[in-house]
Amino acid sequence: MVVLAHQAPSARERCKDAGAVALIALLLGIPTLGLTTIDQGGTLHVATRWPTLAVFVALCFFGRLLARVAIDALQARARHRPAATLLRPGARHRLSLCLGWGCFGVALALPFVFSDNRYIVDTATTVLIYVMLGWGLNVVVGLAGLLDLGYVAFYAVGAYAYAVLATQFGWGFWQALPVAGGLAAGFGLLLGWPTLRLRGDYLAIVTLGFGEIVRIILVNWTALSGGPNGIASIPRPSFFGLPFKPGDDGATFAGFFGLDFSPLHRLIFLYYLILALAMLTNLFVSRLRRLPIGRAWEAMREDEIACKAMGMNVTNVKLSAFAIGAMLGGIAGVFFAARQGFISPESFTFNESAIILAIVVLGGMGSQLGVVLASLVLVLLPELGRDFAEYRMLLFGTAMILIMIWRPGGILSQRQPTLRHRAEGAAP
Amino acid sequence: MSAANNAPLLRVENLCMRFGGLTAIDDLSLDVQAGKITAVIGPNGAGKTTFFNCLTGFYRPTSGRVRLNHPLRGELHLETLDSHRVASRAQVVRTFQNVRLFPKMTVLENLIVAQHNRLQRASFFSLAGLLGLPGYRRAEAAAIEIAVDRLTRLGLIDRADAVAGDLPYGMQRRIEIARALCVDPLLLCLDEPAAGLNPRESAELNELLQSLVQGEGLAILLIEHDMSVVMNVSDHICVLNYGCKIAEGSPQQIQNDPQVIKAYLGEDDDEDDFDEALVAESAS
Repeated sequence: MVVLAHQAPSARERCKDAGAVALIALLLGIPTLGLTTIDQGGTLHVATRWPTLAVFVALCFFGRLLARVAIDALQARARHRPAATLLRPGARHRLSLCLGWGCFGVALALPFVFSDNRYIVDTATTVLIYVMLGWGLNVVVGLAGLLDLGYVAFYAVGAYAYAVLATQFGWGFWQALPVAGGLAAGFGLLLGWPTLRLRGDYLAIVTLGFGEIVRIILVNWTALSGGPNGIASIPRPSFFGLPFKPGDDGATFAGFFGLDFSPLHRLIFLYYLILALAMLTNLFVSRLRRLPIGRAWEAMREDEIACKAMGMNVTNVKLSAFAIGAMLGGIAGVFFAARQGFISPESFTFNESAIILAIVVLGGMGSQLGVVLASLVLVLLPELGRDFAEYRMLLFGTAMILIMIWRPGGILSQRQPTLRHRAEGAAP
Repeated sequence: MSAANNAPLLRVENLCMRFGGLTAIDDLSLDVQAGKITAVIGPNGAGKTTFFNCLTGFYRPTSGRVRLNHPLRGELHLETLDSHRVASRAQVVRTFQNVRLFPKMTVLENLIVAQHNRLQRASFFSLAGLLGLPGYRRAEAAAIEIAVDRLTRLGLIDRADAVAGDLPYGMQRRIEIARALCVDPLLLCLDEPAAGLNPRESAELNELLQSLVQGEGLAILLIEHDMSVVMNVSDHICVLNYGCKIAEGSPQQIQNDPQVIKAYLGEDDDEDDFDEALVAESAS
């Protein structure tokens, strides 16, 4: 709208700005508020509501005036704040470490605190699936800088691989996990190979297409995937061979540990399973980031041509990012299939890809903790918003816009160096 | 370092590069000797950077040969190698006209990335690195040592942990040279290293280039517009105009070459003017 200079704007400028907003409100308001239809004995008549419109326009005018004054005051305060009060990078790193361990502690304790609340454990499991997917996609998008809009394809490959292996060949969860991960990595290479020369928008288009191709194949290849009906009665993972079933003998989980059978046992086991998988993913990815391959990913994100000039084989670096990201997505897919017991192409639409990508971008590209915070926001907000019925998605959208205004680089955009010459905190 | 017979380190023969109808480099032949600084100069658009791109595998030349006499690997045909192979196998490393650092990474990380191939092998393609085996730890420590050595030599050690993109331009240019030195080059190709440097920084650059050549027998190929650098440090100068080599020789010969003066100052100008201009510039 009106660009405001650094000096405090005059009253005249403020009125002009608010007037522009009021004018737009008036133009939009005439058809939506000013005119309305009323039913008079079977025929429709147009009636006017000018007073309502006037109130609306006035509200917009004064609202804008007040909002502008408040924003200017805030910005002026931010400008005058001395740099010393901002957190030093070291302190910020320690803070995020504390926050990370805090989140982990809460995650560990959660099923004990809410051991009788099925809804909370279930939602927390969903959050953790997205955290794991976010960490996997973070390798491709956050570290290697390859915009992937079809990540859900690898999630689907993992889920279907487990579903087919388990229902057709009787494989167990733990046997299928590495195989499905490997298969997804293979699909990662399959996508990576033809897109080696593409960057940015063009890569995004091709990966988007890849995601759709996989979904459409799943819909149509009825013999393998069951088509739109999906695959049902996928076996659930057992606790090291002990199934979660009612029974008093030692062959079930409840019987073996002498507990009363409760359907929550399996839920809590699944929760800890995904927590363990996600934490392993985290360890794996943060370790890789500190290795030559991880630094190569980040260097490639920064400048591919400079990488070549340093003698780096960019093809291998790119393919490894695609393969490892895909493998992690595939493993998350295996868990998803085992948890749901039923999968269909419905679960692997573009919408999922978009949410996972939003988690990575909103969290701050490349930040592990940022992914956790963003998953919490993106999964919990729609859940918490259920009371608002149809305004739920509006609330969701507003929250995303606010985060992007407040932190354009993502919730945690501070990059932590992978190695240092001087110990942190040493005098510069 | 070089072979027993006095063969040049790099021999460019009849190099041509055409883009559609445009001939960017026309039948260029040039020798680069080990342990010497060879400068390539010429007006804007003369094809200097294109020449570098052909040497380092970023462009595939239309015709011609580029031979590198590698002390360990024998004769290498640079025109057939991919850009990353030129750096890793032939050890011909370049910098860029507009600095290309990894701006969000720290200076030290920039220099470690330059040692990627060695470290990647030491980490057994990340396996030994994931397990934290001692062999990989040693390789990483050695890589940091090399990086610290280069940074100390270029006077950048105080900025080792700074984010590269936040540093001033002159410093970024030096970081780029330090990073190229971490690749372990035989031939260092510098594309306008003095662009945007102030006179004091240019003088420091002169010293640096000479110490690199005298200290470790590195060969340097230099594109530069700053005559105070070119005339003071070069052993051999090649002048390009519209993709053709118009003169070659020592700085003295080049300053007095009528062809060069014509290319820089136009047809009817007095020869002495250019000569004086060059001398004045090189003195400053």
